[in-house]
Amino acid sequence: MRPKLEFLPPTLIARILDEAFQLMQKPGIKVQSEEARQLLAAAGADVDETTQVVRIPEKVVRAALETVPSEFYLYDRNGRPTVHYGGDDVHFDPGSSAVHILDPETGKHRPSETRDLARLVKVAETLSQYDAQSTAVLCNDVAKEIGDLFRLYVVLMLSEKPIVTGAFSLTTLDAMIDMLALFAGGRKELAEKPQAVFDVCPSPPLIWSSFGAGNLIALARASVPAEIVSMPLAGAGAPVTLIGSIVQHAAECLSGITIHQLANPGAPIVWGGAPAIFDMRKGGTPMGAIETAMLDAGYAQVGKSLNLPTHGYLGATDSKVVDMQAGLESGMTALVGALAGINMISGAGMLDFLACQSTEKLAIDAEIIGMCKRLLEGIQVRTDTLATGLFEGIDFKADFLKQKITRQLFAVEQYLPSPIIDRDSIRGWQDSGSLDTLARAQARVNDLVSKYRRPAIALRHEQDLVKFVTDLARQAGMKTLPALEETPS
Amino acid sequence: MSQELLEKMAQSIIDGDADLAAELARQAIAEGLDPLFVITNGYVPGINKVGEAFGAGEAFLPELVMAGEAMKAAVVVLEPELLRKGSERKTLGKVVMATVEGDIHEIGKSLVSTMLSAAGFTVYDMGVDNPSDKIIEKALEVDADIIGLSALLTTTMIRQKEVIDKLDARGLRKKIKVMVGGAPVTREWVQKIEADGYSEDAIGAVAVAKKLMGIEA
Repeated sequence: MRPKLEFLPPTLIARILDEAFQLMQKPGIKVQSEEARQLLAAAGADVDETTQVVRIPEKVVRAALETVPSEFYLYDRNGRPTVHYGGDDVHFDPGSSAVHILDPETGKHRPSETRDLARLVKVAETLSQYDAQSTAVLCNDVAKEIGDLFRLYVVLMLSEKPIVTGAFSLTTLDAMIDMLALFAGGRKELAEKPQAVFDVCPSPPLIWSSFGAGNLIALARASVPAEIVSMPLAGAGAPVTLIGSIVQHAAECLSGITIHQLANPGAPIVWGGAPAIFDMRKGGTPMGAIETAMLDAGYAQVGKSLNLPTHGYLGATDSKVVDMQAGLESGMTALVGALAGINMISGAGMLDFLACQSTEKLAIDAEIIGMCKRLLEGIQVRTDTLATGLFEGIDFKADFLKQKITRQLFAVEQYLPSPIIDRDSIRGWQDSGSLDTLARAQARVNDLVSKYRRPAIALRHEQDLVKFVTDLARQAGMKTLPALEETPS
Repeated sequence: MSQELLEKMAQSIIDGDADLAAELARQAIAEGLDPLFVITNGYVPGINKVGEAFGAGEAFLPELVMAGEAMKAAVVVLEPELLRKGSERKTLGKVVMATVEGDIHEIGKSLVSTMLSAAGFTVYDMGVDNPSDKIIEKALEVDADIIGLSALLTTTMIRQKEVIDKLDARGLRKKIKVMVGGAPVTREWVQKIEADGYSEDAIGAVAVAKKLMGIEA
């Protein structure tokens, strides 16, 4: 029996959906994309062109829910289906688009660069706990115009895992789809075996910006998976109650799915988000708050009731350093997400309200993920008798360590953590330098980076990709692309 | 000498396969191979490999213990042949291991025993709840170099001191070193009872025992 966390009884889910449908009629959804308004109008929605407000009848939304796929896979570069969006399968990827990196040398937050993204990607590539990569940090050493696609370029050069990414302009989105298609063998082939999912954000409350809606339409037409990242901020950009914010989330997602399915029925899309409560002392959006995790688990349950793939933003912290707050917030929220059966949980590595990535924290978070995944496996029956058979020959001695079955099963019964998790004796711990968690993580990251080997990449693909990105970089005024390998200083 | 057989012996230890280790030992005797040679060049490289992997965090206790058990199974088969030939396996030292009187905790002590024998010590494991005099008699009987005393309870820890005091009274402290261990044992306690060595864990215990025998770790 798999452990599962649910907050909402069926009657409450029905009320949430009912009120979400009401919100889509009154006040309606503000849709700032003309094309999206046309699609909605043609489907029977009531469009006010002066206010851009669209009243979407429930039957239009229900029709979209008929065509939207309940599951899909992301493939790695070798065409293996490795991430299953659907059911209660749980995957993790690093949080994306941080503007800062926690400098491993100085311990300071500083603007992130290409070398930082490269290091993050390498570490995420070697850690099996990460099912997917993300375009984790901005590269400040690269022209802004090509920032998004350049981040995807770095990931594609160094990784073969599936990718959670996103674009902040439609021309960039187009270029990024072309980059992925290079490896898939064409856009049609990419649609059949997508390697990436693109985050698309509505603007709370109840607004689909021109860009956000345009993104949905472009992704739908390319049949590249879209992931709605709805961000109700309970108490500021959304009702103060968790349940009220979950209703708003549902209305934003349902309207997004409707636009998306009208553009191309059957295209894959994810019921996702990055909500938070609004902190009433400092005005921040705490990602490590327990209520934030409850919001994610709550809306995921609503998405599951509609048989949709789900995504959430958990496993992050608002702490500025890799300390106990970082550990407790990341651990607790990741666990809530895992127990809620969220298909893709983004956020690992993140500090400071998703503003700062840390490679060291990413390595620590991998341990949290390992433990979460173990917990999801539950308590299993792995032997013919539960215990009686194992007592043969024991004769009141504590000799279970000597049993073959112990050797066979210990590694599946127990998650075996990396040396980041200290289970040493006090003497052993002292002998290895009396290191704290961060110091142990630093050692582990250095070890992982030194062991990292670039996955095989077909030479023509690499040449095509480098040429493609170099051309765009030149148009943006850059002479060369930054190196992906750190050069010894 | 079949290199293949030696490699199989090493592998049987690495796999923790006691049956196979014993079977290969019988095969060696049937082929008239020198038992000491096959221990040194067949089985010991296997146990060393597991020990190294364990030290590096790549192998785990069940693998280490099973390797120790497989080693034991092979040595049991080879021992009569060793005696018959009048050769003896060079031991790093003889250790009597015991949980003290009134204490029935065994796991830590057994682990230390396994580690010590795997490392090349000859270990006499007396099990749990051993009166101090009985432990000393056993040590004299087997001409032990070291007594290892385990206690898990603060109430039974005092027996570690009792054994040391009794050894002292009989003038045996120079001849027999005492190492102690167990959850409540601290550096301060060790100093207070004037034990010769202590360790927090089984792997550390091997280093301590080697040090007491004057062997470079």
